[in-house]
Amino acid sequence: MNTSTCPVCEATVSIPADAMQNELIACADCGSELEIISLSPLTLDVAPDVEEDWGE
Amino acid sequence: MTLSVGIVGGSGYTGGELLRLLHGHPEVTVTQITSREHVGAFVHTVHPHFRGVSQLQFIHPDTLQACDVLFLCLPHGTTANQIDRFASLATYIIDLSADFRLSNPHDYQTWYETPHPAPDWLPKFVYGLPEVNREALRGARYASGVGCNATAMNLAVLPLVRAGVFASARAEIKVGSSEGGNSANSGSHHPVRSGAVRAYKPTGHRHMAEIRQVLGDIDLRFAVTAIEMIRGVHVTAHVRLNTRLAEKDLWRIYRGAYQHEPFVRLVSSKTGLYRLPEPRIVAGTNFCDVGFELDADGENVVVISAIDNLGKGAAGSAVQCMNLMCGFDECAGLSFFGMYP
Repeated sequence: MNTSTCPVCEATVSIPADAMQNELIACADCGSELEIISLSPLTLDVAPDVEEDWGE
Repeated sequence: MTLSVGIVGGSGYTGGELLRLLHGHPEVTVTQITSREHVGAFVHTVHPHFRGVSQLQFIHPDTLQACDVLFLCLPHGTTANQIDRFASLATYIIDLSADFRLSNPHDYQTWYETPHPAPDWLPKFVYGLPEVNREALRGARYASGVGCNATAMNLAVLPLVRAGVFASARAEIKVGSSEGGNSANSGSHHPVRSGAVRAYKPTGHRHMAEIRQVLGDIDLRFAVTAIEMIRGVHVTAHVRLNTRLAEKDLWRIYRGAYQHEPFVRLVSSKTGLYRLPEPRIVAGTNFCDVGFELDADGENVVVISAIDNLGKGAAGSAVQCMNLMCGFDECAGLSFFGMYP
């Protein structure tokens, strides 16, 4: 289990060892939905509310 | 071997809540509970949830025997007149009335409009808000209870004041009917009280004295409104900051203040039904939930808190105080975390 920091509230967020890039996780403190932007280095950002996938 | 506990004035709502919390406490046994009106009656005749749980019967306060800990749940102004007698009966005293909350007798006279009956006792009492006075409560023999509305407000605003970012606040406090105690009056009659949204104290609430004692002489005003709720205090404080903050600054301030507090939870969520504190979630518990939402300008924040007025606002805090005073686990007897829905 890796950890990172919530970009909204700075809480420590646990990242499963088998997490994948673009996976969505939730911050336990502020409830923000976060997206794993990159695994190396481990980077989180606030997930977009709604994102059009253009039919993909 | 447990400590023996007496509850004086045990037929009221606070006395009943104390009995509930202490019944499950591993370190104490309630051996006496007094009521002038219900002498000889089993406690379940007044507190019906104790049927089959406790065989205690109310005794007259004049027959109170010595014990280790006394909880005093008498009406305001009554305890102070008898404090010498109570002190002769018990090693530890926690007074849930307002009689020993204010350390300055002049403040008592200002807010309660009568001279304090026992001013020499005031320095002996520690104000019983563990989040503020934890170290002073450890080993203390005498503690006062807290005002429920004051507690909800103090815990909501305290981190901002301590961080030096508080400029001013105007707040609304919504309260339930159990704050009025168990004595009926024309205002509590069901056709009158049910559905009420009654601004019963828009200015000058006595708990302002406790708030100033804890937070200092800050620019804060609040109004209290009674709503359709039995247990609960809900604070909505519109706080003006003296500097511009980002959301993560607020998290840092509040987490720094409360991350080690066992009974203060930060509830400020982006998702879910309960994104900010609500009284029903903390009913029956000793929790104070505190949350906030920062205005887009970064200079104004709405801080919201919720407690159970009979729990964290009275009996829960009192048990937490006893735990500190007697060297018990601070959370003993206070593990109930609520029910839902």
